[in-house]
Amino acid sequence: MTKLLEWLFAVSLVGVAWGLVTFDLLDFQFPAVYREVAWPMPVYLLVVFGCYSLATVGYRVATFNDCEEAARELQGQIQEAKEDLKKKGLKI
Amino acid sequence: MTKWPTNSDKYSVLLPTYNERENLPLIVWLLVKYFGESGYNYEIIVIDDGSPDGTLQIAEQLQKIYGHDKIVLRPRPKKLGLGTAYIHGIKHATGNFIIIMDADLSHHPKFIPQFIEKQKEGGYDLISGTRYRGDGGVYGWDLRRKLISRGANFITQVLLRPGASDLTGSFRLYKKNVLESLVERCVSKGYVFQMEMIVRARQLGYTIGEVPISFVDRVYGESKLGGNEIVSFLKGLLTLFATT
Repeated sequence: MTKLLEWLFAVSLVGVAWGLVTFDLLDFQFPAVYREVAWPMPVYLLVVFGCYSLATVGYRVATFNDCEEAARELQGQIQEAKEDLKKKGLKI
Repeated sequence: MTKWPTNSDKYSVLLPTYNERENLPLIVWLLVKYFGESGYNYEIIVIDDGSPDGTLQIAEQLQKIYGHDKIVLRPRPKKLGLGTAYIHGIKHATGNFIIIMDADLSHHPKFIPQFIEKQKEGGYDLISGTRYRGDGGVYGWDLRRKLISRGANFITQVLLRPGASDLTGSFRLYKKNVLESLVERCVSKGYVFQMEMIVRARQLGYTIGEVPISFVDRVYGESKLGGNEIVSFLKGLLTLFATT
């Protein structure tokens, strides 16, 4: 199954469950509170996911390692390499 | 299956080059240094796509300095793309492991012994260098670039759940037969090609290990990540989402 199909499947399952409860499609006679909670769930979940995404990406950007040390080391090694290669006969 | 002694492992480093006249000697020097110190058997395969700046001539000089067994030249007449460069390189590789990396010094050979050790530790089919985990990271990126990178990676993780933290990275170690079978199956280009390799690897049940790496971007100032690249990345991502 492709990822797209997995998502469509999962969304359908959730959609059916939501529809069942919100509109009482199988006439279970749920207490009113079930319907009141279920009805805004999709929007609520989207908002929660949106906030989670922003927080996660924000955190990851803020903690993205800046490799200062690696850049310095590379600069030093470039010099070393150039000298050594010249000694070995490399002509630029 | 026969257990090969570890000292019969050979690592073929594929270096596709285009106008890397200045960087090629430096990356080769670093590769020779770290492979030499680690004692692993290796070869460096330079795949130059007809660089007009004389990259091939520099490569020939390096061959004289380090030997034809260590520096192998397999040039091509013109710029033909990364996927075919890998195929071309694999055909001429005498190692049982292939290392792919950039030739512009953004990937540092000092991580290669770590890749090798990690692979031996877990018997992994491929090792991916990651900028996003552990003490992996980047030098030379501003806030905008970091935001795009992390944002794109987040969307990719949500949509593809690939089981690897860095999908667009191109510093990796593969078992030769694994790389062969993956390159055969991959159809995308550019960033998305590297992503597709990981996704297909998972599909085929290959095991993936990760090693944090530092990515030193000295090129960023010249090649900005523009709207076009972002759009084609998203198109490629959605294609992978719908087809894998």
